[in-house]
Amino acid sequence: MAESENIVVETAEKIFADLADAQTVNNDKKGEWKAPLWQALSEAGLPLAWVAEEFGGSGASLAEGFGVLGAAGRFAIAVPLAETMLAGWLLAQAKISSPEGEMTVAPASPKDRITLNADGSLSGRARGVPFAKAAKHIAVLASGNGGFSIALVDAAKVRVEAGLNLGGDHSDTVSFDHVQPLAIKPAPKGVDQTTLMLMGGVARSLQIAGALESMLEISVRYSNERVAFEKKISKFQAVQHNLAKLAGESAAALAAATSAADAIANAKSFDDAVFLEAVSAKIRCSEAAEKGGGIAHQVHGAIGFTIEHILHRYTLRALAWRDDFGSESYWAVELGKLVAARGADELWPLVASR
Amino acid sequence: MTAALRFDPIRLPAECVELRKQVRAFLAEEIAAGTFSPFKPNREDTDVPEFSRKVGARGWLGMTWPKKYGGHERSFLERYVVTEEMRVANAPTRRFFVADRQSGPVLLKYAPEHIKMDILPRICRGEICFAIGMSEPNSGSDLFAAKTRATKTDGGYLINGTKIWTSSAHIADYMIAIFRTSPPTKENRRHGLTQFLVKMKQPGIKVNPIGQITGQYEFNEVVFTDHFIPDDHVLGEIDGAWKQATSELAYERSGPERFLETYYVLTELVRAVGTSPDTRSAEGIGRLVAQLHTMRRMSVSVAGMLQAGKEPVVEASIVKDIGTVWEQQLPHRVRDLAAFVDETATNRETLEQQLSFAIKTAPKLTIQGGTTEVLRGIIARGLGLR
Repeated sequence: MAESENIVVETAEKIFADLADAQTVNNDKKGEWKAPLWQALSEAGLPLAWVAEEFGGSGASLAEGFGVLGAAGRFAIAVPLAETMLAGWLLAQAKISSPEGEMTVAPASPKDRITLNADGSLSGRARGVPFAKAAKHIAVLASGNGGFSIALVDAAKVRVEAGLNLGGDHSDTVSFDHVQPLAIKPAPKGVDQTTLMLMGGVARSLQIAGALESMLEISVRYSNERVAFEKKISKFQAVQHNLAKLAGESAAALAAATSAADAIANAKSFDDAVFLEAVSAKIRCSEAAEKGGGIAHQVHGAIGFTIEHILHRYTLRALAWRDDFGSESYWAVELGKLVAARGADELWPLVASR
Repeated sequence: MTAALRFDPIRLPAECVELRKQVRAFLAEEIAAGTFSPFKPNREDTDVPEFSRKVGARGWLGMTWPKKYGGHERSFLERYVVTEEMRVANAPTRRFFVADRQSGPVLLKYAPEHIKMDILPRICRGEICFAIGMSEPNSGSDLFAAKTRATKTDGGYLINGTKIWTSSAHIADYMIAIFRTSPPTKENRRHGLTQFLVKMKQPGIKVNPIGQITGQYEFNEVVFTDHFIPDDHVLGEIDGAWKQATSELAYERSGPERFLETYYVLTELVRAVGTSPDTRSAEGIGRLVAQLHTMRRMSVSVAGMLQAGKEPVVEASIVKDIGTVWEQQLPHRVRDLAAFVDETATNRETLEQQLSFAIKTAPKLTIQGGTTEVLRGIIARGLGLR
């Protein structure tokens, strides 16, 4: 990681540590932590990190932004930072300026489609759109006219049916009924729904990997404090081996997610090798969320199952993030189809391409 | 808690791309010439001296070693590419693999100059085979319980005792082994073992092959009876082998051989399901490929850290833990997925033969070179739990 990437990530980490401490957030039933956190992030230019200055953003690199998302995962950040970053990135692909404030992206599932009507309005339904309820604007990828378009939509113009994901964050159904966008332009060549899903999927992979790093850290710490049968539970071999497995899952998630982020940050196009990186990250990180989160809870025992304890902020969010931008099952099928279509003797060259 | 685990995304440098092409072309030639078959991991003759010499002649042995010992001063990442291509092709690497990965680096670090000048160039030429003498009948994972004695005598040592599970001892020219030179102390039970270079096929060494459940004979019992080893064959500190063992582990445990041993069944499954698989097969293959890709990226990352001069012992142990568990489960998962493959798939017989061999191979994968339990203990220590 270059020096400048560290500075952006360090800025984000400092804001998270000051304004989004997990225990403080968990104790705050009214959600009063949200506004100051968002303000600080905005002042630091982080929500629009992937938007060039001429389009209203702070012009950070893809690699820097991915680093911020990993840090956001380590703090289980529950404001639409990743979503606004993705929305800004999508709008920037079509050279549409980003407005201030919270944004999200639609669709957020590979199965949903938003269509561009002949009159220039948008129609369709997108499920599981993260933080739609909190968003002031929505960046939309729409199909029609023989290709894809990118649009900026006023969130007040769409119907939002509120829902909550496993982590208790908004995951809403957004309906577009002949909605006139604030701006709309054709998507550039190479940006389609798969591209958006892969970007979103890698963002979620980095967040899951970050959450797993924290699960490992707090589980190790707890095992070194908790005494049972007259010794620290970290001294029991069964607990040690469980934590070693959690370390493995955390490591696998981290390696998969950062490798995919690095592949995208340095890619000329979203070719098969980048596809392999991005969907493997989503698949493997999702599997790690299940296996690793399970171990973190097992180590904590009953206390980790309480609403007062911070553990669920990481474990449940990591599980929830599996569902966004295509689940691991969805992408496994797509990857399997790609591998089969390329043929048996082209599998190894694909795996060894980087 | 100790420092966070690191798996930085390493991009293989440009020279690796060209090298990979050369290795693939070479392997294709050898396959065409009938030297080995990529479809037959279960062949009897895994020791192919002529192939070993050809690999040496290409400059692919001792790749990272100094030129004055016959090495090529190339990077760990280049060596990585050669290793993974050989493994995926099921190339017969038995003769040179241990010497190149492990024994050579030990000699480089601890052998006297005249021995390095004698032996290392021969490894680089692919002429000699090494074995590793660690386990004994009553000490496997518990390495430091080894009892085979090295008793000081005029000009050297007399060795008495037995090593066991010693892969390739029946064809090896040399062995690097640990023998007991002193009893352990109260303060340090690891004290008292010394690393030696053993010349095989000499008086006082008897090698007894041990059959494996796969039907192969690749490991052995090695009995030493008053076998003489000269003083200059001591490697490193007398009684201090325990200090030397750990740094090797990162090399031994993180390579592509730690997750590719049963890879061939995945290739054949993809061939068997054809170009338009059903959803069940597609999902199964997709997950396996995602897991494989992730492990490879972890393993490449460790190679990058080794190249940078670090000793990522915990990260390497994680790669071996996850990698060996995966390659152990792989044939069973492939068997599940193959259950509904069309009976008329042209490679059905090949896949079934491969599965039969891979399923029989599977149990050893989480035992050899450090058991899962030992690895998790090392990881736990790295996490600050022990």
